[in-house]
Amino acid sequence: MALVTPDIGLIIWQLIVFLIVLFILRAFVWRPILSALKTREFQIEDSLRAAEHAQEEMKQIKADNEYLLQEARIERDAILKEARDEASHIIERAKAETSDITSKMIQDAREAIEVEKKAALSEVKALVASLSLEIAEKVLREKLSDDKSQKALVEKFIKDVKVN
Amino acid sequence: MLKRSNFLTINKFLAIILLVMPGLVWAGGGSGKDGEDEQFDPSELINHHISDSHVWEITHGIVVHLPVIVYSEEKGLDIFSSANFFGEHEEVKPYNGYVMDHDHITLESGGHVFDISITKNVLFLFIDALILILVFSAVARGYKKNAGKAPKGIQSFFEPIIVFVRDDIARDNIGHKYERFMPFLLTVFFFIWFGNLLGLLPGAANMTGNISVTLTLAVITLIITLFSGRKTYWLHIVDPLGKSMPWAGKLLLYIILWPVEIIGIFTKPFSLMIRLFANITAGHILILSIISLAFIFESLTIGVVGALFATVMNMLELFVAVLQAYVFTLLSALYFGQAVQEHH
Amino acid sequence: MGAVGAGLAVLGAGLGIGLIGKGATESIARQPEAAGKIQTAMIIAAALIEGAALFGVVVGLLAGSGN
Repeated sequence: MALVTPDIGLIIWQLIVFLIVLFILRAFVWRPILSALKTREFQIEDSLRAAEHAQEEMKQIKADNEYLLQEARIERDAILKEARDEASHIIERAKAETSDITSKMIQDAREAIEVEKKAALSEVKALVASLSLEIAEKVLREKLSDDKSQKALVEKFIKDVKVN
Repeated sequence: MLKRSNFLTINKFLAIILLVMPGLVWAGGGSGKDGEDEQFDPSELINHHISDSHVWEITHGIVVHLPVIVYSEEKGLDIFSSANFFGEHEEVKPYNGYVMDHDHITLESGGHVFDISITKNVLFLFIDALILILVFSAVARGYKKNAGKAPKGIQSFFEPIIVFVRDDIARDNIGHKYERFMPFLLTVFFFIWFGNLLGLLPGAANMTGNISVTLTLAVITLIITLFSGRKTYWLHIVDPLGKSMPWAGKLLLYIILWPVEIIGIFTKPFSLMIRLFANITAGHILILSIISLAFIFESLTIGVVGALFATVMNMLELFVAVLQAYVFTLLSALYFGQAVQEHH
Repeated sequence: MGAVGAGLAVLGAGLGIGLIGKGATESIARQPEAAGKIQTAMIIAAALIEGAALFGVVVGLLAGSGN
């Protein structure tokens, strides 16, 4: 059947045409295209690698920054804490000093009061003594006539003195 | 005479209109030329379409007479137009001692001639080659112009396909030695693809569905396979059992195995040849058969349904065009891969 | 007769390629990441079966047109 019988003329032409096309395309088309594709792929790979590298570097820098920041924060906290401690210390000291002073003042006042009190008491005692003497004098002068009344009076005085 | 030329112009006019409506081409041809006395013969129509010819009948009435190049011992080399074989009323007549019978040229004396004419298929080979060279030199120019940049225009259309052939066809099946085979694989892929697409055009030749064309491509694949065959490849053919058996036992088996292996070398390209030929030809036959149904049944309904179905089949053929190019290239790559492999 | 032979050849190939398609889609469903490799293997297997079927079709057509 003609359909499956190869035709020698067509085979020759096909061989010629195909080989010519193959060699033309190979020399002027496939070589440049494939090498361009290859170069571009290398380029892309290179730039990808470079980008990755840059990213890594960025990450490193960021981490460094983060570390520095952390450090600064810690330092700041320390300083703040110190300051706060100092302040509370000062307040504490001031408080202590004040209480010392006040207690001393109170003590002083108390001592002064005691002294005053003693002085006042002795004065009162002296006054009482003189007053008693005076009274005694007056009584003696008026009522030494009556014996009985004398006695009662003396007893009364003594009682009074005792009470005092 | 006057009547005839009138008839021709009408016929041409009809043909031009009908070229726009391909589904109706045969309707015009059937009633216009053949008349009522001739029965419509679909197998003749289909055979005429899928076989090679010395004239290129673009459509009814528009005929290009292609040059005939013949060589015979008696008459030497002769080049003349195939129009010489046709008389005034398109009847076939002998010319200058040559006779043409169903596009087969012989000497009137019965002697054999060596026919290397520019037939319809050869013309389409040229067109295919020209398109390949034009398209891909444009693509290559793109790479020169946009060096180091993103692809543009036609370049960006073909780049993924070229990369696909390189990565998925060549590299996957051949291995690291794929680069040597790239020019052939790319050329054969695009040659077949473009040829298949050209064949789908109305009025075009069934070039990649011609056994001679596919035979040549398959033989080139075979030759490349044999010439790039490494030690492992030949050892696999000569000594397929290896060290699994003593030589005396092997020798007995090899009496059967050697012929099988040797036949195996040739069945691979043979199946390549038959596959491409049969797929493309079958597609053409199928579409033509569907369209012929309208004229067999002489029914408008079948004509409309057939035209729609033929359109769907044409879509499928567009896919088959690229699929067969892919399969041919893939299997070629596979055979090259077997030839160049180092060891199992 | 040739046409019947061609039809029988197509029947076998159709069954075979259908089985390949079934196997391939099932494998892809099971392992979608291996889809590319499965497709290649599927096409190769289909092409080989098709080759055998086409021999049958061509022989059938030859026998049919020989008469």
